[in-house]
Amino acid sequence: MNDLSTYPSAVPLLAILVSAASVPLIGISARRPNLREFWTLLAAGAKFALVLSLLPSALVSRAAETRLFQISPGIDLTLRADPFGVFFALIASGLWILTSFYSIGYVRGLKEKHQTRYFASFALCLSATLGVAFAANLLTFVIFFEILTISTYPLVIHKQTPEAIAAGRKYLAFTLTAGVVLVAAMAATLQLTGTLEFQAGGLSALEDLSPVEVKILFGMFLAGVGVKAAIMPLHAWLPAAMAAPTPVSALLHAVAVVKSGVFGVFRVVGFVFGPETLSRYGLNEVMLWLAGSTILLASCLAFSEDNLKRRLAYSTVGHLSYVVLGAALLSPSGLIGGLLHIANHATMKIVLFFCAGAIYVNAHKEKISELDGIGRAMPWTMGAFALASLGLAGVPPVNGFVSKWYLGLGALEAGSVAVLSILLISGLLNAGYFVPIVYRAFFKQSEKFRSIGEASAWMVVPLILAAGLSALLGLMPDRFFHFFTLAQQIAAQVLEVSIP
Amino acid sequence: MIEANLPLLVPLTFLILALLIPLIGVRVPGAAYPLALAAVLASIPMAGFGLFRVIEGGPVTYTLGGWEAPVGIELVLDPLASFLTLVVTVVSCLVLIHARHVASVEHPDKRVPYYSLVLLLLAGFCGILSTGDLFNLYVFLEISSLAGYGLVAIGDKRSPVAAYRYLILGSVGTGFYLLGIGFIYVMSGSLNMADLARILPHILDQPPVLSGLILMVTGIGLKMALFPLHFWLPDAYSSASSATSALLAPLGTKVGAYILIRVLFFVFDPAEVEQRVPIASVIAWLSAAGVLYGSLMALAQQELKRMLAYSSVAQIGYIGLGLGMANPLGFTGAVLHILNHAFMKAALFLVAGNLRVKVGHSNIADMDQRLSRQMPWSMAALVVAALSMIGLPPTAGFFSKWYLVLGGIQGSDWVFVAVILLGGLLNAIYFFRVVERVYLPFRKGSSDHAAADGVQEVVESREVRLSMLAPTLVLAGGLLVLGLASSFLVNRVIQLMIPPGL
Repeated sequence: MNDLSTYPSAVPLLAILVSAASVPLIGISARRPNLREFWTLLAAGAKFALVLSLLPSALVSRAAETRLFQISPGIDLTLRADPFGVFFALIASGLWILTSFYSIGYVRGLKEKHQTRYFASFALCLSATLGVAFAANLLTFVIFFEILTISTYPLVIHKQTPEAIAAGRKYLAFTLTAGVVLVAAMAATLQLTGTLEFQAGGLSALEDLSPVEVKILFGMFLAGVGVKAAIMPLHAWLPAAMAAPTPVSALLHAVAVVKSGVFGVFRVVGFVFGPETLSRYGLNEVMLWLAGSTILLASCLAFSEDNLKRRLAYSTVGHLSYVVLGAALLSPSGLIGGLLHIANHATMKIVLFFCAGAIYVNAHKEKISELDGIGRAMPWTMGAFALASLGLAGVPPVNGFVSKWYLGLGALEAGSVAVLSILLISGLLNAGYFVPIVYRAFFKQSEKFRSIGEASAWMVVPLILAAGLSALLGLMPDRFFHFFTLAQQIAAQVLEVSIP
Repeated sequence: MIEANLPLLVPLTFLILALLIPLIGVRVPGAAYPLALAAVLASIPMAGFGLFRVIEGGPVTYTLGGWEAPVGIELVLDPLASFLTLVVTVVSCLVLIHARHVASVEHPDKRVPYYSLVLLLLAGFCGILSTGDLFNLYVFLEISSLAGYGLVAIGDKRSPVAAYRYLILGSVGTGFYLLGIGFIYVMSGSLNMADLARILPHILDQPPVLSGLILMVTGIGLKMALFPLHFWLPDAYSSASSATSALLAPLGTKVGAYILIRVLFFVFDPAEVEQRVPIASVIAWLSAAGVLYGSLMALAQQELKRMLAYSSVAQIGYIGLGLGMANPLGFTGAVLHILNHAFMKAALFLVAGNLRVKVGHSNIADMDQRLSRQMPWSMAALVVAALSMIGLPPTAGFFSKWYLVLGGIQGSDWVFVAVILLGGLLNAIYFFRVVERVYLPFRKGSSDHAAADGVQEVVESREVRLSMLAPTLVLAGGLLVLGLASSFLVNRVIQLMIPPGL
């Protein structure tokens, strides 16, 4: 059951290309917004359907594989829909559908400029994200990782304000430097081990390396993927990138880009180095410390932000490190918890960002201190907000509880009381910085929102759907997309044990 | 029949047409361009066939006048030479198509000498590539250099001064090279490369031989603008007309790099030389310094062509770095970078030319957001070429740097690896400086259109004509193709070039 078998198929490639193919169509329909948005929605639907068609075989450990052509001697550009890849691709492509609807409401509601560039870049980003998900070796992974960096840049600077331009520079400075470090790490791996193929449980050739070499390599890899995963102190670009339009923050800076980062962390941990090598050199301890302190620090920093999106950004920084923490625990439940949190945090955080955007479009408010009484004006929006924020604090039955429960179990399996207490404290901190927002919205009186109501259905329906999904995934983690089974399978592959 | 003559065909075509153009051009100035274009177009299939033939059947030699080497002069087409001949002909063809309009705008009264000199330059380049004789190489080097001085002089007001400087320094360079050959000829009695490769191992311990090598490398370093011998380049490239700089910048220094490869790796045995004088190491370290120096200087430039010129100094550094590593992966990276950089730099200089023709200047500080709407395609080409210069996948630039990094790691030269990667980041800074100006609103201190953002002014298209746009886009699109095809090139072509000594 743990052994992965592959079969040739073009579906992974098609799933990547379908949104890239929509870019020229979006471009030529620039003058006809409805047709242009139709292309986006069509691509999003097709992409999700293609990914979904890969799920049944992934569930039985059969991976569709597209082997393209050689890109470097001995290394092919290869796409493989293994359970982990399908897991991530499902989340990214599924939430793209919701975000596409939401984006239409958002950019039209604000009469944004450069809408064509916006939708085209978005489609390209999703191609790159799926490429990251399906990459079967490091070189393929890095190629898509870098394309993701570049195609996100136009979205970060979308507003073209001095603030956005500065954020774009910061974003590129962090991510391009990380890319360079990643390339160096990859080249060194190739020279030292002779392979770049991802291998569940780690590359066996790493055993021949000296401890110093392994440690330096791991440090470079962690820095390379850690920027997108916003592990402190490499997180500074993320709050700055909140200058982007809210749907961008929602999908890219809560789902696609940052999750590509933690996806990369998982790939590096489980498929390049492997649990054995990491624990032998105590490298997972380092990760635990980094992730644990990121969780606590980010939660504390979130308190001090009055800007709603920036508070959400710091919350994202903290929750990304939950995933890193899960990877670093190297125990079955820890890995499952970390993996589930990739999905669960995505559905919850996207709700929160959608709400922030809806508030901005309708009430033009960005600051938390100005939100008194908005719950009465926008009950659905703020209701969803309350649900998702409780979920992030780990309150059952929302899905955040499930992943935290497994992370807690993993901490006990690993015998680490410190990690368990970090999780508990962080849950309290989460509640601490989210509950006041909900309290202000519903229980404080204010007259200023008399004249406004809910945002357009384009925006409210996706956010309610996402909130509903969060609740349902909390009650039935394995329903719909079998996230739980997939996570179990991935953990079993990485740890090379069978998990009941 | 034609196969035996292959090494001669391309240089001879250029040479004959270069002489025909002034003869015909005196009566019919309009004929100069069609003749030049015909020569270049004809040369591409010849070069392509040459490469194909060499890959299939091994090197082709041609003895001039039937005098057998080493007494007579031998032309040799091997994989390296035939590959670079193809690169030179393809890039020059695209540049020449583009140059027609540039030439008629920037120097309308000098078209006949311009096209004649271009062909003379190309004759020199292709002669250098196909000759198997060190002295004959010098002759072709002088042909191309003299044509180059003339071409630089056809430019803006400062160009005669820049051309004069270029001439002095270029002559010093070729002089050094000639002196070096003299030393080696005195000791070995031969000028034929293959012959020398057999003789030199026996006399390598003689001081004059090593001195000769050092003199030659110094001269070549001047011609290829290897840091710190690069100082002639920024002036020459930026004050020459756009049509000239687009031709000289991608190709001129690359031919210099070719001579370095030929002398260092094929005539001499790099491992043997390294035991006596660390020439390769010195080249690598100087190149590493050049990468950083060129990138930093590019960062400080306010004019696009000058920025590109300094960027060339840095990119030559990458090539030198790959060669100096003296291992197969570094060599592969260097040769791949010769090709990739030729495409990138040509694309960038064509964009600069487009700007000069349409906007009248290429000052970075005076660029603004309107350009991205006035010239959307040219600016898109700029972005693609910039991404490739930075070394981002899937563009070609990523793959040459990938091999260079692998080469650096293979040789455990960690400093070089760091320099290659840092250079990429510096590239990112100076190119995004331009890209930001073109695509994003920037307030200028003393400008009359400061309110660029907010106001959606209607801008009419000022995109260049098709004859200029098409070559620009072909070069930029080529960067994506070359990137994806890089492995194919390495396996099928570059693998065959790796010198036996590595």
